[in-house]
Amino acid sequence: MNALLSPTTLAELADAVRSAPRILAVGARTKPRLSAVASDVTLVSTLGLSGITEYQPDEYTFTALAGTPLREIAATLAARGQYLPFDPLLLAAGATLGGTLGAGLSGSGRFRFGGQRDFILGVRFVDGTGRLLRLGGKVVKNAAGFDLPKFFVGSLGRFGVFGELTFKVFPRPASTLTLRLPVADAPAATALLNTAAGARWEIDALDLLPAADTVVVRLAGPESALPILAAEILTRFPGEILSASAADALWSDLRELRWTHADGPLLKLALTPAQLPALVARVRALSGRIHVTAGGNAALVSLPAPAASLGLPALTLRGPGPLWLEAPAPPAIHAAVKTALDPHNRFPALSA
Amino acid sequence: MSSLASPPLQPSVADPARCLRRLADLLPASRVLSGPAQLAAYESDGLTAFRTAPLAVVVPETQAEVIALVRLCHEEGLPFVARGSGTSLSGGSTPVAGGLVITLNRLNRILRVDPAQRLAVVEPGVINTAVTVAAAPHGLHYAPDPSSQSICTIGGNVAFNSGGAHCLKYGMTSNHVLGIKAVLATGEVVEFGSASREQLGPDWCGLFSGNEGLFGIALEITVQLLPRAEVFHTVLAGYRTLEQAGDAVSAIIASGLLPGAIEIMDALALEAASAAVHAEYPPGCEAVLIVELEGPREVVAAQRPQLDALIAASAPVEARPARDAAERAAIWKGRKSAFSAVGRLSPDFIVQDGVVPRRRLGEALRRIAEMSRAAGIRCANVFHAGDGNLHPLILYNGAEPGALDRAEVLAGKILKMCVEMGGSITGEHGVGLEKRDYLASMFNADELDCLQRIRAAFDPLGIANPGKMFPDGTAPALAQHGLHPLEKAGLISRE
Repeated sequence: MNALLSPTTLAELADAVRSAPRILAVGARTKPRLSAVASDVTLVSTLGLSGITEYQPDEYTFTALAGTPLREIAATLAARGQYLPFDPLLLAAGATLGGTLGAGLSGSGRFRFGGQRDFILGVRFVDGTGRLLRLGGKVVKNAAGFDLPKFFVGSLGRFGVFGELTFKVFPRPASTLTLRLPVADAPAATALLNTAAGARWEIDALDLLPAADTVVVRLAGPESALPILAAEILTRFPGEILSASAADALWSDLRELRWTHADGPLLKLALTPAQLPALVARVRALSGRIHVTAGGNAALVSLPAPAASLGLPALTLRGPGPLWLEAPAPPAIHAAVKTALDPHNRFPALSA
Repeated sequence: MSSLASPPLQPSVADPARCLRRLADLLPASRVLSGPAQLAAYESDGLTAFRTAPLAVVVPETQAEVIALVRLCHEEGLPFVARGSGTSLSGGSTPVAGGLVITLNRLNRILRVDPAQRLAVVEPGVINTAVTVAAAPHGLHYAPDPSSQSICTIGGNVAFNSGGAHCLKYGMTSNHVLGIKAVLATGEVVEFGSASREQLGPDWCGLFSGNEGLFGIALEITVQLLPRAEVFHTVLAGYRTLEQAGDAVSAIIASGLLPGAIEIMDALALEAASAAVHAEYPPGCEAVLIVELEGPREVVAAQRPQLDALIAASAPVEARPARDAAERAAIWKGRKSAFSAVGRLSPDFIVQDGVVPRRRLGEALRRIAEMSRAAGIRCANVFHAGDGNLHPLILYNGAEPGALDRAEVLAGKILKMCVEMGGSITGEHGVGLEKRDYLASMFNADELDCLQRIRAAFDPLGIANPGKMFPDGTAPALAQHGLHPLEKAGLISRE
């Protein structure tokens, strides 16, 4: 069992980091493999650091403490007709803003305007020497200083402990419409994804469903425009328009990862659409399931049991098995930046 | 461990004669420039008030040559500055005295355009618009559009995380960079990111973008391409007061529309633009607002009445929707030429790019007007109203003793105002040489130390573009030579 500290202020967070030689921050632990570290590492929970500290709807920005649940943020934004366009995962499961940034997890809606890296503006964090620092800014455009906030996306808490984060948000589109388009096989899926992504339709989300035999397209925009766009898409690719309730259920199941095996490893991969057919074949051979998102640029893979290889680098979010599969050997600069932010190696290595 | 101390900035220990001999071994004589006449063209960049003579300018043609040059610099302790087209407005490519300028204009190959996966792989010397030209036959475009886009390079855009008129919706350069192959200041060659739009592990591409040349030199950049919007609806509206134009922006933002661009020009900028490109603006206006919707025709058709109603309700003197592509192009030409046009009003000017929270734009403009009146200095304003990115143009005559100093005092006051309002000293030009003394107004000593430690991780010797972003006590000589030659020729403009 790892020791657990629970600070309730940013000053206490900095104290907590300084209080132990080995430290890792955790949020709601909805991606538990990321914090399954050696027993001598003291865990620092951010759950006591919760709440939106600043929200300016007319600036398209908000600032919240790292332990704030995403669902609280989503509800606050929705009340003002806004949303997080990177469409974070595991809202119902209680995922926090900080944990989502550290895990580098974006959802299906990231197709249109980009993932977390495209919406993070500023970070207050504690570095490995226990200093509370603020980098980036609170306005939607800022080019002062190195972009540490972006660097922290996907950093797994190994370079600093997040205290407070500022994100850009957008107005929520007036309506959405979801289409299901069956595909014969994975190469056909790749072709459909590429064609749809390059078309005039300005698609909001473009995914391949876990059975790998259906592409789903979500349109978002003015209510009068979407049926016309949908009709044109259906003349190119046979399929159907989902009812609003069926669409809500489909996106909610994807967002909450309800399609996964209960116990086996869940992995995240970055890929290109061209790599999709080989990955789908590999996952099928392992009796696994795959949800391909971002038009074929990202995938979550659920396996019944750990595997040695998926043919591409992968990060294990939960379940058994190593944290990384086939991670390329890091160049020397990785260690140098780690030392710059964490000279005493207080935080675990990215590889562990 | 001594690593807690800030890294010392090593003074240059390079032996100039030996460095020149070694450069001559690496490159043919025609590509090592060291005569005073040859160097003169490289002494300055878009920040024309400053100039410095380097030891030499080298013109590599291949990635291998760039790597060899950086390794030579590392071995010799020779400071180097990478340079594209020299359009930096923050003095980012101003040479280091006695250092090397590595020009990248001949690394201008578009290595790959992949229309299916919507990306391009380019060398750093490729011109910004050349990417869109290469993508256009596939119905795609490269979104970041700084005003100097017809001449500035992708390598420079990446180094300074350049912006443009479409940042609120589409982000800055770094939001479009998927992969970077670079030679770091240590000589290490690294590959960050990939051809995927997603990433595993920390965002190294994001960290490298905007490094201001302090980490090393990008050799190959993978950028995402986006489908070109099918239709545009561009409206130019003139207002009696700046405040009315600002109120119109607030109403548009509150409506839930997400325009691709929202720009404002003030009276002085309008006067300059109409003189320079014969743009005709509604008479008697203190401000002009430009708003652009874009997207599939059905979407724009649905949003257009909403925008038109919002503008009508904002009581403009006149609102002119562009009726065709030519009228749209004319509106943008007037806007993008505004800065160089100001050169007609004044022999010299300083361009700032501070950011304020959008809701405080009106207050910021009032205070700028007060400060410029108090200083007796004229100041024109063109700005990205959608994202609060100001561009005050501070007019002065460099031939007048003390005029530049007075203009810089006013510029400094404006930057400090931006920070006080919760904004930033720079939205898109970078800190560079120009604003390095103001970085400490945004970050405290610990935060500056953190940034310095990151810098030292990439460049332990402090040889990559030293003197930029961080104050280091060196100051290049002031020069007074007004508009950049390319601006005079009408080839580039400032934003």
